Amino acid sequence: MRPFTRSFASVAALATVLLAAPAALLSRPALAEDDGIVVYNAQHENLTKAWAEGFTKETGIKVTLRNGSDTELGNQLVQEGAASPADVFLTENSPAMVLVDNAGLFAPLGQEVLSQVPDNFRPSHGRWVGIAARSTVFAYDKTKLKPEQLPKSLLDLADPAWKGRWGASPSGADFQAIVSALLVLKGETATADWLKAMKANFVPFRGNSTAMKAVNAGQVDGAVIYHYYYFGDQAKTGENSKNVALHYFRNQDPGAFVSISGGGVLASSKHQQQAQAFLKWITGKGGQDILKTGDSYEYAVGVGAESNPKLVPLADLQAPKVEPSALNSKAVTDLMTRAGLL
Amino acid sequence: MTQVSIERRPGAPVFPTGFRWRRRSFLPLMAGAAVLVALAALLPLGFVLWVTVQTGWETASALIFRPRVGELLVNTVLLVVLTVPLCAALAVALAWLTERSDLPGARIWSWLAVAPLAVPAFVHSYAWISLVPGLNGLFAAVLVSTIAYSPLLYLPVSAALRRLDPGLEDAAASLGEPPGRVFLRVVLPQLRLALCGGALLVGLHLLAEYGLFAMIRFDTFTTAIIDQFQSTYNGPAANMMAGVLVVCCLSLLWLDALIRGRTRYARIGPGAARQPRLTRLGRMTLPCLLLPIGFAALSLGVPLLTLGQWLAAGGAAIWKLDEIGPALWQTAVFAIAGGAVTTAAAIPMAWLSVRRPGRLQRVLEACNYVVGSLPGVVVALALVTITVRVALPLYQTAATVLLAYLVMFLPRALIGLRASVAQAPVELEQAAASLGRSPGRALWSVTIRLAAPGAAAGMALVALGIANELTATQMLAPNGTRTLATAFWSYSGEIDYAAAAPYALLMILISLPLTWLLYVQSKRSAGR
Repeated sequence: MRPFTRSFASVAALATVLLAAPAALLSRPALAEDDGIVVYNAQHENLTKAWAEGFTKETGIKVTLRNGSDTELGNQLVQEGAASPADVFLTENSPAMVLVDNAGLFAPLGQEVLSQVPDNFRPSHGRWVGIAARSTVFAYDKTKLKPEQLPKSLLDLADPAWKGRWGASPSGADFQAIVSALLVLKGETATADWLKAMKANFVPFRGNSTAMKAVNAGQVDGAVIYHYYYFGDQAKTGENSKNVALHYFRNQDPGAFVSISGGGVLASSKHQQQAQAFLKWITGKGGQDILKTGDSYEYAVGVGAESNPKLVPLADLQAPKVEPSALNSKAVTDLMTRAGLL
Repeated sequence: MTQVSIERRPGAPVFPTGFRWRRRSFLPLMAGAAVLVALAALLPLGFVLWVTVQTGWETASALIFRPRVGELLVNTVLLVVLTVPLCAALAVALAWLTERSDLPGARIWSWLAVAPLAVPAFVHSYAWISLVPGLNGLFAAVLVSTIAYSPLLYLPVSAALRRLDPGLEDAAASLGEPPGRVFLRVVLPQLRLALCGGALLVGLHLLAEYGLFAMIRFDTFTTAIIDQFQSTYNGPAANMMAGVLVVCCLSLLWLDALIRGRTRYARIGPGAARQPRLTRLGRMTLPCLLLPIGFAALSLGVPLLTLGQWLAAGGAAIWKLDEIGPALWQTAVFAIAGGAVTTAAAIPMAWLSVRRPGRLQRVLEACNYVVGSLPGVVVALALVTITVRVALPLYQTAATVLLAYLVMFLPRALIGLRASVAQAPVELEQAAASLGRSPGRALWSVTIRLAAPGAAAGMALVALGIANELTATQMLAPNGTRTLATAFWSYSGEIDYAAAAPYALLMILISLPLTWLLYVQSKRSAGR
């Protein structure tokens, strides 16, 4: 049997080499994982990149990003469980943080992190904190709609009068967070009804920027998105928002929902200290200043931190009170799947 | 032909007594390897079945039989039913003009009809959406995918047209058939195999493509699966839709087998076929020129124009070399490694199908083709769940990505390899064995070396596929991975079209030589 075993061994060796060689070539990020932290990042890549660079510059700790969307990475963390390679999880919205927290995967945060964020921007249990915030808006075509023609409430968009006239990005975590707030504020029946009407009325887009671009191009009259897409585009060339104006629903309407972006440290992380240090940096002066001066245009949430002066102050938005830890992503995706939106 | 020298090893018996036994012992090894590869390829298919069973019929049927799935089915079927015939008509017209008429500059037009393949499908879409921002829906989907995919039909149809024996047409004409009817009744039926193969390829691409349709807001099963994946990771709804998508792919394969039939297409009769006489276009030359010019303008002009605009608008600022360099490097490593692994994995199958054809071999080979027709999103979804649940050490490793590439692109490697193994005489392999080489070394030093050109072509095709692959890479890649395609996608997702432009340009530049290779090969196979 010698030739058999020999050739079998050579085939096996060849296969191993073929599979291992590229793995070795590509293992530079994997090596970085050993002497730094891995961040599962659902926040805008540019923002987290700026945070990571600032943090690395100050502490020398390397940061490797895995980019994805809120609930994708949240569900991924739940699947990975204790074996997750992630040290830190950053989201755009709260529901995915709740998802991971309900699976018991977050480590309690240290007081030095928690004390940097006021109570209304973090859940009371202290297993994750707010790192930034964003407001729901109705971005509308100002050449078509006059202020008195704007919807008074998010719920008005279920009216047949709005059929085919408004857009949203239903597969995005941002819109799903808005629905989760609606669910908390108005209950399941009202939310399911609204989603059903939405399916009949709205025009789907992939991504909030695309939805705003469509408003600008006159394809729809308005879109339910977050505020910073407008400011970001205005700061660049403004070519996708020339005809766009923002309508804030205010009056504690579900459409005035202010969504908290969250950050947490995974309990399974082998780099607890570095991971906590990263969150401390983001919620501290360095990280919050990037929100104020950078091109993200998200609201700063740190104690005493100021947001970009171009934004409508957070305090003037009359947002409804929603307990961030009550937001349920699973219920929302189920409801939206049932409404045929996903 | 490559020279192969076989030296007798000192000390080896001239007529090894175990010779026959050794040759037999090699068969189980190759068969074993082929079975292993086929099993690996079957993983995603088995996974879809397993998940459906696990989910339970009640939940599964609630997720499968819902209006949204119906909508997606209508969209997907309409897309295939409209696009495939359009691509076929366009391909036949272009092929006839470039192969059978005296169209001025036929060779250039022929190359230009293939060249759009170098532009990744989602870059076509990016170009169109830049030109006509409001473009969306079924019409847009049919337009852009016809432009992006008709070269896949042009290649086989033009090659077949070139090889046709004009004698048959002459016979029909001498029996009084007008030229139009000769084309319909004699030429077109002979193109059936090429049309079927190409149409199948286009159909499968339509089912699998994500980026193209996501950008122009047309929902198919693949885009809906990704939406679900982004909301729930590998939730049951995503898996059930993947099941429906698999059924769609299998139906296409079945339809192809049905239409293909068992008619004989080979030429009988002594001597060589004569070169077909080119049809004089005469006064029709100018109008006929409009077709290739129009196609080139839409399929190459539009991408180049808009890409140029974005590159000019972005200026030097978009060339962030510290980002582009690593992305290029990672793409290259994935493409080359994936090409090598896939080609190596195809060797046992190719060897078996030439040297030891049989029932087992046919079943195994069919498995590879069926699985190769599955969209990247299905393969990736299966591998994500399998690695995270049972094979955790492989989770988020380059090895898993390469396995996905292997499963997806194995047929590409197999086709080229099989043809060139068939051209390597089995006697040389036997002679090497009789001179004392072990079967593995005999295979390596004779057959593989002789098959190298075919293997290289197959490898190039696989590498081309990998360089432009988006969905599986995104879902499976190790932390921190950024290829040209994923970087392009993340920039264009934020509608930073200028920053995405360099990545699009690089993908096109990488794909151009490979597309050229494909073009030259199809010319050569037709004896030119």
